[in-house]
Amino acid sequence: MSSMVGTETAAREAARRRRPKGPPGEPRRLAYLYILPALIVFVTFIGLPLFRSATFSLYEWDGLGSSTWVGLANYAAVFTDPALRGAFIHALVLIVFYAVVPVSLGLLLAATMMRAGRMRGLGLFRVLIFLPQVVPMVVVAIAWRQIYAPEGPLNSLFRAVGLDAVARPWLGDYTWALPSVGLVGTWVGTGLCFVLFLAGMAKVPRELYEAARLDGASPRREFFAITLPSVRGELAVALTLTVIAALKTFDLVYVMTSGGPGNQTAVPSYEVYRHAFLIGEVGTAAALALVLTALVFVATVIINRIGDSNDGSAPAGASGIRALARRNRSGPPVASSDQPGPDPDLDDAGPEPEEPAGSDDPRQQGRGR
Amino acid sequence: MMISRNERVANYAILILFASIALYPVLLILTTALSPDQIGDSGGLHFGNFADAWTQGRFSSYMRTSAIVAILVVGLSALFSIMAGYAFGTMRFRGSEVLFYVILLGIMVPAEALVVALYFDLRSVGLTNTLLAIVAPQVAQSVAFGTFWMRAYFRSSSREVVEAARLDGAGHWRTLWQVLVPMGRPAITTMLVLIFMWTWNEFLIPLVMATSEGLRTAPLGLAFFQGQYTAGTSLLAAGAALVALPVVVVYLFLQRHFIRGMVEGAVK
Repeated sequence: MSSMVGTETAAREAARRRRPKGPPGEPRRLAYLYILPALIVFVTFIGLPLFRSATFSLYEWDGLGSSTWVGLANYAAVFTDPALRGAFIHALVLIVFYAVVPVSLGLLLAATMMRAGRMRGLGLFRVLIFLPQVVPMVVVAIAWRQIYAPEGPLNSLFRAVGLDAVARPWLGDYTWALPSVGLVGTWVGTGLCFVLFLAGMAKVPRELYEAARLDGASPRREFFAITLPSVRGELAVALTLTVIAALKTFDLVYVMTSGGPGNQTAVPSYEVYRHAFLIGEVGTAAALALVLTALVFVATVIINRIGDSNDGSAPAGASGIRALARRNRSGPPVASSDQPGPDPDLDDAGPEPEEPAGSDDPRQQGRGR
Repeated sequence: MMISRNERVANYAILILFASIALYPVLLILTTALSPDQIGDSGGLHFGNFADAWTQGRFSSYMRTSAIVAILVVGLSALFSIMAGYAFGTMRFRGSEVLFYVILLGIMVPAEALVVALYFDLRSVGLTNTLLAIVAPQVAQSVAFGTFWMRAYFRSSSREVVEAARLDGAGHWRTLWQVLVPMGRPAITTMLVLIFMWTWNEFLIPLVMATSEGLRTAPLGLAFFQGQYTAGTSLLAAGAALVALPVVVVYLFLQRHFIRGMVEGAVK
């Protein structure tokens, strides 16, 4: 009996070791047929439009009449026109609100919670704090417009505590409109970061902390020596998601301010929309869109470099779905087909064997919505 | 781990504070939606605002469009992703690596880079303002993500299972749908809820592609509703609540799948 178990384990080990080298199946031409539908929609509605956008960006065109070849002039405008450059500067400001603040807050919050070990009701809080992620941005924008309204709750609060001078029409204020929009990004992103880091920190063996504490490490040292390094993968995911969200902000600006007052809240994606569909500068819009795309690519690559760093561990993510599949496999193979797999829970994901970074990294981008 | 009672209390205080901040705008929308629409109306809860928004605000039409778009996008992209993921995950063929990376790059392309060209090219063939123009670009973006997601699942699904199915006489098609797909229900559910959320919340593509009111999706209808009726805040709030309702309900029921998917960095 024991020898049989041994053989089976060995076989599984062997299979596992072989797996990373490629898919398990034998060569099949048929694969092309399976891929075909995905490839057709992909080429028609992503590949081709991307190529056409690049073409458009080399012309001056109002969307109706004839177009004029202008070469790279539209790109030159993106970098020299103060208004267009301004839009990118606003995007940088938004990165602070969308990414830097939520990531810092999320780290702090999660680390504080982790010191307590398991807390009762954490699951419920996790669900509530994550909620802003799923509410449609248009609804978020409408709720916050109300909060920022001249007679809205925010100003009422300031007046109630005697700070009448602080109260103002936030979204109509030249100085405060952009930070006000940014703060909404903080509201949306913090829960995501918190939940992410909580999941990452849950994988750190408790003994590490206990050992550190026996050595007399301060909470501060504990954070920088154990907690922070252990969530580097999650940090990369959080930064990728939030930075890209900041770069692509559109719905919020469209609904809350339409880029105003003046163009204080104009951001690149809003400028793409405005140039292409409101003021008839299709070429400029296409050039803007491509610069924005390039920025998204660059940001993603840089952030993931940080995430991989030197020890070659994969940034979070990769392990999750594999863990999930591994769990399914442990049941009787075919017979279990009718049973729903055990519901994966973030808390018991456990440490996963890491895989070399690189191959699976782009998973973190989401698909750019 | 030992922590003091005070620290525990402080932790709960922090959690309650952040949960309240997260909830406040949502509750604000709900309370506004239930408040009287006209000044001088009697107090109490005005559930009638929802009915008014539904009919006067034309949200019945917006919600129907959104439902159709969501069903088409989720259904088609799930089907295509499962098929493509199966091929990438379990079969070896020439060019598989290159093809896979090409599709992966598609995850990174923001909608902004597509809509400009898509709008003008589809307009020239008379296809703007059709369901196709709203659905197809979203299917393409979802398929890029879904293929990645399903490939990861199929790669890790056991070789033994596939072999056992084959010994039992199942072909590749049956192995996929009768063995691997039922086993992969958690992974597939996660993919479905994420694609549903993105599709329901998508704004830019319908904004550009739907030029007539009849094709407006719910978020888009809400944005236009806001532009038209600046006075009736409670009707606007009722509309906002209606637009958020489906995705929030799905979230509350399947929050594990939402959070897991987002935590794995699948999004935005």
